Amino acid sequence: MASIWNTIFAPGLFSYSFVVHAWVAATAIAVLAALVGFFVNLRGEAFVAHAVPRGAFAGAAGAFLIGVNSILGLSVFAILMALGMGLMRRRSHNGVITALALVTALGLGDLFLTVGNTYAPEVFALLFGQLLGISGSEMVAIAVLSVCLVGVIAVVYRPLLLASTVPDFAAARGVSLTAMNVTFTLLVALAASLTVPVVGALLAFSLMIGPAAAGWYLAKTPWGAMLYSVGIALGTVWVAIVIGYDSSLPIGFLVAGVSLLAYMVARAINWFRRRRPGEAAVVPTGSGAVAR
Amino acid sequence: MGWLNYLIAPGFLQTSQVRSALILGTAVAVCSAVMGVFVIIRGQAFLGHALGDVGSTGASGAVLVGVQAIWGFLGAGLIAGASVDVLSRRARERDVATGVVLSAMLGLSALFIYLIGQVSTSTGVTQEILFGSVFTVNPDLVLPMVGLALAAVVVVGFVYRPLLLSTVNPDGARSRGVPVGLVSFAFLVAMVAAVEQSALVMGALLSTALLIGPAATAIHVTRRLGMTIAVSVVLALVDTWLGILLAYDSFNWPPAGRGWPVSFFVVAVMVVAYSLGQAVPRTSTVRAE
Repeated sequence: MASIWNTIFAPGLFSYSFVVHAWVAATAIAVLAALVGFFVNLRGEAFVAHAVPRGAFAGAAGAFLIGVNSILGLSVFAILMALGMGLMRRRSHNGVITALALVTALGLGDLFLTVGNTYAPEVFALLFGQLLGISGSEMVAIAVLSVCLVGVIAVVYRPLLLASTVPDFAAARGVSLTAMNVTFTLLVALAASLTVPVVGALLAFSLMIGPAAAGWYLAKTPWGAMLYSVGIALGTVWVAIVIGYDSSLPIGFLVAGVSLLAYMVARAINWFRRRRPGEAAVVPTGSGAVAR
Repeated sequence: MGWLNYLIAPGFLQTSQVRSALILGTAVAVCSAVMGVFVIIRGQAFLGHALGDVGSTGASGAVLVGVQAIWGFLGAGLIAGASVDVLSRRARERDVATGVVLSAMLGLSALFIYLIGQVSTSTGVTQEILFGSVFTVNPDLVLPMVGLALAAVVVVGFVYRPLLLSTVNPDGARSRGVPVGLVSFAFLVAMVAAVEQSALVMGALLSTALLIGPAATAIHVTRRLGMTIAVSVVLALVDTWLGILLAYDSFNWPPAGRGWPVSFFVVAVMVVAYSLGQAVPRTSTVRAE
């Protein structure tokens, strides 16, 4: 028994302080990303969830060039992109503004890296994340900021849910759709500012998409979808950390792989439910319902 | 003539890298501009970007198994495009399905890069995959790349009418006997060919920029679809040529001898064109949700 335990949970997995920091930070981030991911799925805006973490990387490169903190540069870029997308959304076709904001940010990033022409380890660390390099004080900061953002989500939950599912009704009730667009993109930007330095741009995106998409097919109510989403995200990062610690496989691959598996299983379950008469299947709403 | 030298730095057209960059850039620009108009009115901007991004999975996979990069790009593009098509049976699911597929492919790319690091000591691979440049493309690739771009445009020309009908009014198209599924699939294959060749030549960033930017500007300022495509092509060509010219000129700018990236100039010109286009009152009637 003990040997199986030791094979799966290799020595040091719960005792080395840098691994413990990774556990706590990854857990906080998984909860946050899953909750933001719920709205990403609801609104069918996976492109925004991809573009903001990826584009914000350019801000880190710019900050490195002028010699300020790279996480500050990352956050500034994320927030600027979010404001641009949120405010211009209604004037444009689906995805066009997001694509334009993304290539603008990346073009600037390419320029910053070329002009700087120094190998910038901090910048590349931001691209891939440094889950095992988190200090104790950073861990506390990440946990506290995650809790704050979850509080913000609780405050905007009702109007954002309404504006995302029944925009016309929400507008009639006096909810400003532009304000809700900006609220949503800002939530993605703030979550990205927190997650990208820890797990990198790729994982920030995977965690916002996969678990929430899986939860969506399993649940019958918005609350259920949120709970499933958080549960699957936690399971995904925990499994990924254990396997990653044992095998040294890249954590980005593990998280993407586990969340893809969860998504496929959820769709299979949903498919079986639909074939069984008498039980209502969940049909994802959203996407087309977004105000524009 | 001094001012001309200032505008076009000496040796611009005599340099072989510049010549092949201009040929490739022209092919990419025309092809992306035509595809982009349909990509936008079909609401597939995210898929268009994702196909370029999964090129990195194909490129690292091709290095791993030791085949030409272009097969990796095309293979990854086809797998991603077909997966999104299968997973999004309902139109509403398309955006999230694209996200799930993109995330899975990027995860796979992380695995491939890790495996490449295990078997070889060459560290340049990662950089090469992440940031391509039109100035460093292998001259042997010029002809196949131009051919691929041409093929994509020919496919779209071939299905032009049914594609337009099934984009604007799928139910109407079905009732008139248009095989909507087949037409959509033909367009998807053309889109994969177009995006993958431009991602290989110009990098994923410029592939998205040229696909979306000129077409979005053209859709905003024109009324008829033929005119939209024409304006989109002209904008993309001007944008690409200016980008290459400015990047060549910038070797003399500070910090001297290094040059600024083509991608920055192409994106900058594109954003200026789009902003000017936004100043024109909207006339678009070709939109289709």
